[in-house]
Formats: sequence, structure tokens, C-alpha cells
Amino acid sequence: MALPKRPEGKRLHPVTPWRRAWAPLAALFAFAAQDPERARQGVENLSVTWLLAGVAVLLPVAAAYGFLSWWMTSYLVTDTELRIRTGLLFRRVAHIRLDRLQAIDVSRPLLARIVGVAKLKLDVVGTDKKDELAFLAEREAVALRAELLARAAGMAPEAAPEVGEAPAHELVRVDTRMLLVSLLLLGTTWSALIAAAVFPALVWWASGSPWPALAVAVPLLGGVWQSGLGRFLTEFDWAVAESPDGLRLDHGLLDRAHATVPPGRVQAVRIVEPWLWRRRGWVRVELDVAAGGNEGGVLLPVAEREVARGVLGRVLPGVDPDEAVAALTPVPRRARWVVPLWWRGYGHGVTETVFASRRGLVCRRLTLVPHAKVQSVRLSQGPWERFHGLANVHVDHGANGTVAARLRDAAEARVVVAAQAERSRTGRREARPERWLT
Amino acid sequence: MSQPAGGETGAQSPGTVTATGERWRGVERGLLRMRRTLLAATLGPLTVALGLVLGATAGPAWAALAAVPLAALVWGLRAIARNWASWRYAERDDDLLIARGVIWRGLTVVPYGRMQLVEVTSGPLERHFGLARVQLHTAAATTDAHIPGLAPEEAERLRHRLTELGEARSAGL
Repeated sequence: MALPKRPEGKRLHPVTPWRRAWAPLAALFAFAAQDPERARQGVENLSVTWLLAGVAVLLPVAAAYGFLSWWMTSYLVTDTELRIRTGLLFRRVAHIRLDRLQAIDVSRPLLARIVGVAKLKLDVVGTDKKDELAFLAEREAVALRAELLARAAGMAPEAAPEVGEAPAHELVRVDTRMLLVSLLLLGTTWSALIAAAVFPALVWWASGSPWPALAVAVPLLGGVWQSGLGRFLTEFDWAVAESPDGLRLDHGLLDRAHATVPPGRVQAVRIVEPWLWRRRGWVRVELDVAAGGNEGGVLLPVAEREVARGVLGRVLPGVDPDEAVAALTPVPRRARWVVPLWWRGYGHGVTETVFASRRGLVCRRLTLVPHAKVQSVRLSQGPWERFHGLANVHVDHGANGTVAARLRDAAEARVVVAAQAERSRTGRREARPERWLT
Repeated sequence: MSQPAGGETGAQSPGTVTATGERWRGVERGLLRMRRTLLAATLGPLTVALGLVLGATAGPAWAALAAVPLAALVWGLRAIARNWASWRYAERDDDLLIARGVIWRGLTVVPYGRMQLVEVTSGPLERHFGLARVQLHTAAATTDAHIPGLAPEEAERLRHRLTELGEARSAGL
């Protein structure tokens, strides 16, 4: 059989077809684990001939499919775009415009790390789904990422492949002890743990059978994993480095993830202060990047306030969180009739560069939106709020988010809306260009 | 910007200039007619049917229950009028203002430079009443900026002007 013509461009790493072997194996395992008795019987009933015949048919088919899908996948970098061709039966060509590229992540899952390959994830404006190039040889992935970023930054296309990885200089590296302590000081970790211990026990006691308890325990343990150990594994050895093509984030113990946030694409910054961290002066910094950016949006899982302030200054030049905090004004006292107790947590302020809004009493969140990133400004007022002469100001930014300054005095809110529209307009005029190296 | 002009500045006049120099425009009377017709077309027959059925089966006293949809109809006709009068928009030098709502009030400010797309839609019902709807899209999906019930010519004019201004003042993300 003649092979179909290979599409032009470079091909992926030859290990790629093997990742598809995972799915049937995992399905088989899941089946066996779910009902071990029946699976054992099923295996016993199979005669050796049947087994061999099955393998003899399935293996070549799977191998051929894997090989052909690998054969038909290619990528090509041109001056303006990256073309990815995939698909055996249904062809798909993705043209990714380089100037619309938001971020490129190199991720190395555990198994891929052993084999020495990596995955390239591409984030493009206006697409929900990330395009992926999986897998590439590790060195190739890093080089391709550097080239794409250099081209996206507007560097001369001829020079782009040679520049290689732009030099990076490290800003922060999160200490393992600090990360561990910070996770132990989080309420969510403990509440997940307590819930995972108490609820299954209650269910066991009530039902008298361990099985429903187990059914309850599994999702709860998933929650514990997510908020505790899993978080530790992903946030382990978190390093933030600065390079001309953006801010580099490296993290993870088993799966090493590598993300780049291009400057100027950050739409909003959130500074989270859980209750127990406040005495130590620790904060968590999260970013909203247009079109998703890095997953979860974490810039720093934990850092001292001063360190976070320094890094923020690099992400958003001219933005000072301390100044924003100083500019915050509380909401009027009568807001307690609208949001009892928690009304004290709300605050809003404006500085030269950002629109700031704070909420939360126990876990304080301060959100900063640079004026230049504001897409639209809205004012909303419900009947109960109007009765108390209060109104909310919403600011929409390009990462599909809204930041609200809630429960302001109605007259003040109107002034804020008008002034914010004016500020974001003038802020945009001074905004940096899209191609930040040109 | 001060308190936007009251609801009485509806579509009767082509535009009302407030103290701060904004020219607020209302939406077409056709929108009021359309919404009232829709309401009457659903609640009117319901009132009649309920009255007849109850009157025939349970007696005339029970037929008085038909007053409930009738009251809803009367209240709805007034509420629609108030809501209709609350819809206003103003084109300023650099941004578009849209104000709406009586009970739940909202005011949206969209700078021209932030508009990614201006959409004019007109369904069969809207066309019958000679209406069109303008929807603005920015890079933020949460921006809910639309103006229902414009005359098609006005919608076209607005679309044209907004796209023009959007290009002139365009800025990236």
C-alpha cells in the first residue's frame, strides 16, 4: 500500500503514536478495577487462540492508525503564521497568526520527561481551545518556542531561528518550605481534609456498609488532592524569570510546566491574602491574561508582599499595589443593609495607572485593572440598592472578566463610571504597541 | 456625567441635550408597540379562555379569577411603557453610552476604540414593526451593550458611524 503523500512541513517526534496506546490500556484497567470478579472470569473464559487472534487484529490496526496519524501531522513556520496540519480522514489545517499568539507553554508530563519529549501549547486570541503540538523532542520544542516568540515579537524573520532562547534572568524562586507552610495555613486544605475524614465516616455509620462511604470518599479525596498535595506538586519549585519575550514561569515536581506570559497581555492582577497568611505578610498573585494564558492564572503561589510588589512592577510597569491599597476607600455604612457583615470587605480606589477593587473579609482579594485594559464600564443598580442609594461599578477587561466595585454611593458611582471611561481612553493612548520588540 | 435625563425624553424628540452636553436618544415607539402586542397576544386570549372555561364549569364566581391575567396585562402594559422609556443612548466624542432599566438599572459605557464588531440584526417580528437591533462586541464577552428597537436607517447610521470611529480610535487588547 502506498503511503499518502506527507503534508509539507516538519514532523513530530516518532514517540507520538505511542501515546495513543494509553487509551485502550487505561480503559481495560478501569474495567478490570471496577469489577475484578467478572474481569477474571472473562479472562479465564477466553481461549488462547481467541486472545492471540484479538491481539493479531488489534495490534496492527492500532499501530497503523498511530503511525498514519503521526505521518499525516506536520507543522510549518512561515513569516506570519504557524500551520499545523492534522487528520487522517478529516483533514484539519490550523493557521495560527503569530501576532495573535498570547502565550506558548512547553509542558513536560512525567512520562514524556522520561522519554525526553515535550508538548507545545499555543494560546491564541479568540480561541477557547488550545492548539497543541505533541510531542516534540525537548530541545526542538524549546527552540521552536523561542523562534515563534521572537517572530511574534516582531523580530526579523531571518534572524529569528538563530536567536534561540532569549536570555532570562530569574526574579523569584519560591522556597519549598514556604510553599509547604503556606498550603498548611490555608483553610481550604484543612476543610477538604476534615470533610474527607468526617463525611465518609458518617455515611458508613448511617448505612452500615463501607461501599457508600467509599463512594463518598473518592470525590472528597479528589478535593483533598487538588487543594493539598496536588497543588504542592504543581506549585513546587515555582520560578519566575524575566526575558525579553515575556515573563517565564517554571514549576512542578513531576510534570514540569513552562509558561511564558508576553508583556502587555496581562489584563488584570489579583492579589489574594488568605486570613492566616496576613500575619506573615504573604500573598498569592494571580493574573488574568487575554485568552486564558497560563492555566489557573497563578503568577506567584506564595511570596512576601515586597517580593510580589517587585514582580508586579515588572508585569505591569508603573503599578504599585501599595499605592492602590492606600487609594482604597470603604463603602458607606448603610451598605450593611445590602450585604450584612461582609460589607466591610468591599473597597474601591483609583490610582494613576489602575482601577482597584477589594472584596472579602477572611480571604482578602485585591484586583487591579490597568486603565488601558478596560474594555467597557458599566453601572448597575438593583431596587434594594437604589433604596439605600447605592450602586455597583463594573469594569470589563479583555480576559473575559469583570471587576466590580460594589456598593458605592450612587452619586459617587456615576462619577466613577464617567471618570473611568475617560481614564481608560487616555490610558490607551499611552499603551504600548502589540509587537513589543519593534 | 450627571443623572441621565428622565424617562420622559423618549423617542418623541430626535434628541435631548442634557446639561452636560450629551445628546440622549430614545428608542423607536415601534418597540413599545411590539412588546405590548406580544403581551396582549398572550395574556388577552388567556383572560378570555380562563373566564369562559371557569364560567362554564365552576360558576360565575370562579370566573372572577380571570381578573388575575387581566391585572397582569394592565400592569405589564404600564411596565413595558416605563421600560421602553428608560432605554436611551448617547454618542459622545469618544464613547457610546447606553442606559436602561427601571427597577434594575444599568448604564454601559463603551469607548469607540474598544469595539471589535458592530452587529445589526432584525428578526421577522422586528421587521414587521420596522425595528432593528444594534449589538456591540468588545474583546470582553461580559460587555453587554445592545440597543433594541432602532429604526433600520438609524441602526445603519449608527453601525456606520461606530465602525468608522472604531477604526479611527482603534486600540489592541
